[in-house]
Amino acid sequence: MTAPLLELRGVNKAFGGLQCILDLDFEVGENEIVSVIGPNGAGKTTLFNLVTGIYAPDSGDIRLDGESIVGLAPHKITNRGVARTFQTLRLFLNMSVKENVMAATYGGTRASLAESILRLPRARREERESRELAEQKLSFFGQRLMGYRWNQPAYSLSYANRRRLEIARATATNPRILLLDEPAAGMNPVETHEITELISQLREEGGYTILVIEHDMHVVEGISDRVIALDHGVKIAEGTYEQVATNTRVVEAYLGTAATERK
Amino acid sequence: MSETPPTQPEPTGPRIGADEWVARSDERAETRGGISGRVRAWYERVPKPAVFAVAVAAGALVPLLTAQTENDIYFLRVGTVALVFALLALGLNVAVGFAGLLDLGYIAYYGIGAYGYAMLSSDKFGLHWEAWLVIPLVVAVSALVGLLLALPSRRLVGDYLAIVTLFFGQIFYIIATQGYRVSFLGLNKDLGLDRANWDLTGGPNGIANVDRLGAFGLTASSERAYFYITLVAVVLVFAVLTLANRSRTGRAWRALHDDPLAAQAMSVPVNWLKLLAVGLGAAVAALAGTINAALLQGAFPDDYNTQVLIIIYAMVVLGGAGSLAGAVLGAVLVSVFMLEGLRPQTPIGDLTGNGRWVFYGAILLVLVTTIRPWRRLAAILGGIAAFGVVVHAIVAATTERGTDGLLNTAPDTFEEGGPLGWLIRQWLALPGGTYEVGSRTWFNVALVGLIALVLCMTLVKGWMRDALIIPAVWLAGFVWETRLVLEASGPTRLLLLGVILVVVMVARPQGILGRPRVEIV
Repeated sequence: MTAPLLELRGVNKAFGGLQCILDLDFEVGENEIVSVIGPNGAGKTTLFNLVTGIYAPDSGDIRLDGESIVGLAPHKITNRGVARTFQTLRLFLNMSVKENVMAATYGGTRASLAESILRLPRARREERESRELAEQKLSFFGQRLMGYRWNQPAYSLSYANRRRLEIARATATNPRILLLDEPAAGMNPVETHEITELISQLREEGGYTILVIEHDMHVVEGISDRVIALDHGVKIAEGTYEQVATNTRVVEAYLGTAATERK
Repeated sequence: MSETPPTQPEPTGPRIGADEWVARSDERAETRGGISGRVRAWYERVPKPAVFAVAVAAGALVPLLTAQTENDIYFLRVGTVALVFALLALGLNVAVGFAGLLDLGYIAYYGIGAYGYAMLSSDKFGLHWEAWLVIPLVVAVSALVGLLLALPSRRLVGDYLAIVTLFFGQIFYIIATQGYRVSFLGLNKDLGLDRANWDLTGGPNGIANVDRLGAFGLTASSERAYFYITLVAVVLVFAVLTLANRSRTGRAWRALHDDPLAAQAMSVPVNWLKLLAVGLGAAVAALAGTINAALLQGAFPDDYNTQVLIIIYAMVVLGGAGSLAGAVLGAVLVSVFMLEGLRPQTPIGDLTGNGRWVFYGAILLVLVTTIRPWRRLAAILGGIAAFGVVVHAIVAATTERGTDGLLNTAPDTFEEGGPLGWLIRQWLALPGGTYEVGSRTWFNVALVGLIALVLCMTLVKGWMRDALIIPAVWLAGFVWETRLVLEASGPTRLLLLGVILVVVMVARPQGILGRPRVEIV
């Protein structure tokens, strides 16, 4: 078997006395969709921050395609093929929709400032490619982010469209693995359904491996090949959706012990 | 049973990616009403390079309106100084407007440019290198210093960055003023060197007798030449920064400005881009410094202190941070109207009434731009006029020589002041002997009263504030005519600059040409 695309081995992270991630091991295979679930404060977003290099783990190793990415700057990790969205949307609010996506092509382009100012061939070609890439990534969402919206500032978008734009922006870095932090948060049932289909579509059309944090169990059920449940930084269950959803410890973590005792 | 095909969605129901709002966007094309809306729509259709070309051509025609007389040379000098400030504002705009870094050490790069040029082409060290060599060298060194100074502070943001960079700016000023007695750890004598200390910067006296800009046997010595050289520099820098702003680097700066963490996660190396922004700004500032040193034929420390930095900031903020055209406009407005226009004593005698026009014009402009609706504005303006006339009548009837005061247009001449002067005499009650020694105390009291009145205005709201505007404007005019107009330099102009800036920022926080920014939604 080839090495898994993303692999965490014995990862620990504490903030002062608060152990956020405790001895975490898991792996994500190529072209897999893995969901991370767990109650609030379980350490899901911290896990994303560790993988993308925003935090460095206290101990343990994080490997992308067999190579350790621990200690690399976040932009270098992104260049290696890890892209993410944020739970609390972090768009470039004052830039246009298209520019938001084009900004994410920085790591994929090389033209220096001097080349850009002199408009040398490489700079012009890269600029054109960036624009085409951005338009292509935005067209993934049908008409929603197309047409006149391209030139609107990101702050004028609706909440659901901002979530879509974050996904488009993340895919513009040409990632191998996409980390989606609660993509369906704050969406209505119709939009949630749409997101569920989009995530499957992202894998099929984009060929991305996807690691997703999600609270909405319908979404988790609809998309996941595998589910990992975290509680207080510890992995308490792993397996198919059915296995994890019926796992006693998972139910306890969400609902408390009394819920199981009453059964 | 075979798999059932996926059910078709209801034709009326929502479908993935279908968006009525987008599909009908043309029907909702936003239009602005009125004359201003039509003018704006027309302006937006004009291609921007054409606007740029017209602006440059207009600037290039300015010297043709002048002759080689003393008055006209003064005008031209005002223009050249405004253009030097425009260069500075453009450079500051890179770090502040594009990348959103509050860099208060910027003035140091301006100084490095000026002192670098002054040291390398003057009698100071006997070096008389030509401009084609000195300018690129000094600009490159300044950019390098910018990168180095930004290096230790690259992780700092906001207030912390401001404090650290302010410290760098102050260090430059101290080096410039103290650099006339530099020694090697105080050991020069022990090391057998020829003198106890060296004079590098000329200290508080600066470096004088700096060469004019010259290259390949040509020397720029006329006022017009400097105007055109500076104009060409502004046009070049403007073009370079416009292209930089449109490039991947410019996008990355704006991303960094909006959200450094997200930018980092989207493959943008934020620390390097911060260094690049400071370095590019430093290069532009150094270019402005070399031109300024050649223009003044000297480099003097007080031209490169924090006060000048604050003025450059005021220009960028007034014009709209992030807008290059705004930076140029802000620089020209502040430089021409505030710094020169309010100067009570100019090298040419017949323009000393300038300040009066600028002062009353600014008050009127502020009232017109901030007070809505027009009925309220009309009531307040009418109130101001009526208040003055009534006070004038009362004072004239009750006090001997209460309204006999004359207008002063220059420190040593008392003239009528033209039609504006006549209006002001009917409106204000200027007592006889206004400018006699000993009468100042009362006018100082009036100044303090004005400040108190303005402070009171910020505490009340609604009709009470409107009512207070009327005596405040009258008192402002009174204080101006009796006291501030006499001040030879400094405080008045900066005080007014501050007041105007505060009001403009309240009325239009994004600056004249800036776009409003949204931080959190």
